Amino acid sequence: MIQGTKSINRRRINDRIMFGLLVLSTVVVMTPLLIIIGYVVINGFNALSIDFFTQELGSPARAMQGRPTGLMHTMLGTIVVDFMALIIAVPIGIGAGIMLSEYPDHKLNPVLRIMNDTLNGMPAILKGMLAFVLVVKPMGTFSGLAGGVALAFVMIPIVARTTESALMAIPWAIREAGLAIGLPRWRVVLSTVMPAAKTGLVTGVLIAFARAAGEAAPLVFTSFGNNYMPRNWTGMIWGPVDTLPQRLYSLAISPYKEWHTMGWAAGIVLLTFVIILFVAARLLTRKKNS
Amino acid sequence: MNFITNIKKNKKEPTEKTSTSAIAGGEGVHPHDVRMETKNLSVMYGKTVGVKNVSLPVYNEKVTAFIGPSGCGKTTFLRALNRMHDLTREAVVTGEVLLDGLDIYAPKVNPVTIRRKIGMVFQKPTPFPTMSIYNNVVAGLKLVGIRDRKLLDEVCEKALQQAALWNEVKDRLNTPGGSLSGGQQQRLSIARALAIEPEVLLMDEPTSSLDPLSSAKIEELIHDLKTKYAIAIVTHNMQQAARVSDYTAFFYVGNLVEFDETKKIFTNPSNEQTENYISGKFG
Repeated sequence: MIQGTKSINRRRINDRIMFGLLVLSTVVVMTPLLIIIGYVVINGFNALSIDFFTQELGSPARAMQGRPTGLMHTMLGTIVVDFMALIIAVPIGIGAGIMLSEYPDHKLNPVLRIMNDTLNGMPAILKGMLAFVLVVKPMGTFSGLAGGVALAFVMIPIVARTTESALMAIPWAIREAGLAIGLPRWRVVLSTVMPAAKTGLVTGVLIAFARAAGEAAPLVFTSFGNNYMPRNWTGMIWGPVDTLPQRLYSLAISPYKEWHTMGWAAGIVLLTFVIILFVAARLLTRKKNS
Repeated sequence: MNFITNIKKNKKEPTEKTSTSAIAGGEGVHPHDVRMETKNLSVMYGKTVGVKNVSLPVYNEKVTAFIGPSGCGKTTFLRALNRMHDLTREAVVTGEVLLDGLDIYAPKVNPVTIRRKIGMVFQKPTPFPTMSIYNNVVAGLKLVGIRDRKLLDEVCEKALQQAALWNEVKDRLNTPGGSLSGGQQQRLSIARALAIEPEVLLMDEPTSSLDPLSSAKIEELIHDLKTKYAIAIVTHNMQQAARVSDYTAFFYVGNLVEFDETKKIFTNPSNEQTENYISGKFG
């Protein structure tokens, strides 16, 4: 009896200790993010103005002489490049994910799995080099398109993996039910499995999108950067274009104090964008689970 | 796309339909129309034997029950009848499965065509989660490109009537299939199988996840359906086999121990193992 009480007490204490450790690691995970957000907002908040959202950057002289300057072209460029990446990466990534999940016996499957994991772990700058060779060299110019291709290389392996796990989560019985009523394999995947996995698929795409949207390295020698707004918007596809992560970097390493502040402000915009994407992904997942 | 990796086949002339009545053996077995028939059918999972050398007829307009203890191979056997093992890498099917005298495992036979003729109902109800009741029923037609709304409406009503579900759902055909109760979902799965008008209906323990009332409904349904189809049903429940089937096959560790008229199996089985199982001495 006495021994029983002892062991229960011991278990209770162990439980407290384990729970305490969990809380501690939660705090440790959250702290860097909160510090970053706080620091970026404090330093960049003053630079957020109407001009910041409606003007192009121009030369450093503009900022130093107090003339209107901003990052409108950068934000538009980011949207254009990121969406090009999305358009390229989603069909390819989802296709690869379907292959990984639905055709485990196919000869290409193990090859694809290794290649996809390798691509996922490859440094982003190498993906930029790949896009440089594939797009920039033949076109003879840096371009938003090249940036989109480089970011697509970032997104594809993530989309493929999240697609795979979203599809795997759907019970095998659904596929058999589809086959049993005489549907071909591809039709079963397309019309019964994929609709059932829709939330997971969208969440995966959002996560990949957010990851790619924060990448600067693949854009350095693909979309290259631009201080000005192209004369018309197609210039953002076929010519050098500015993007937030890369502009943040080049503002930060510039020697001008005014540009540093703008860099922080660019950080606020980029963080907000990425956080919105992640929250959307989170909400979608939660809706699925309830 | 070649799912079958290893089907060993012995090349023989397609056998006459009637030649199989002999399998049933015992007197009093009438040579009904054989709809399906297996010849030395074996299924191996790697080195594990699923079923071994089973030769068995499935008669038209009759219900054939497969009984036996867990792991005896009855479900494995049933799934071989519409090539469901094609998707399992390790499973190797040997021997022949004849549908109307033609081997469904022959090299040029498309499993998709076969499965349209041989419908299947599973142990657990499997409505397509994102589809409405209506779309669930007509999925087998709509998803292969049949768009004629009037035809689909007719098929939907007819299949749901046959599955004894129409009266319960006719006013809410557009609600999700997942919103139905378990028993209704199972009847929905049956309606979906019937909508493609198969010739043979395979049922894998169709009532095992249902309450007694829903089970009774499904059993009634099987009774009604057998006027039109050849039905093969796997069941754990011997009373159920006795109630719904005309023929019974008793499986034990991958072997077909005995096949005969249900009446005979349950009253006067010729094999001792069968008798022990039927009388509850094991299993």
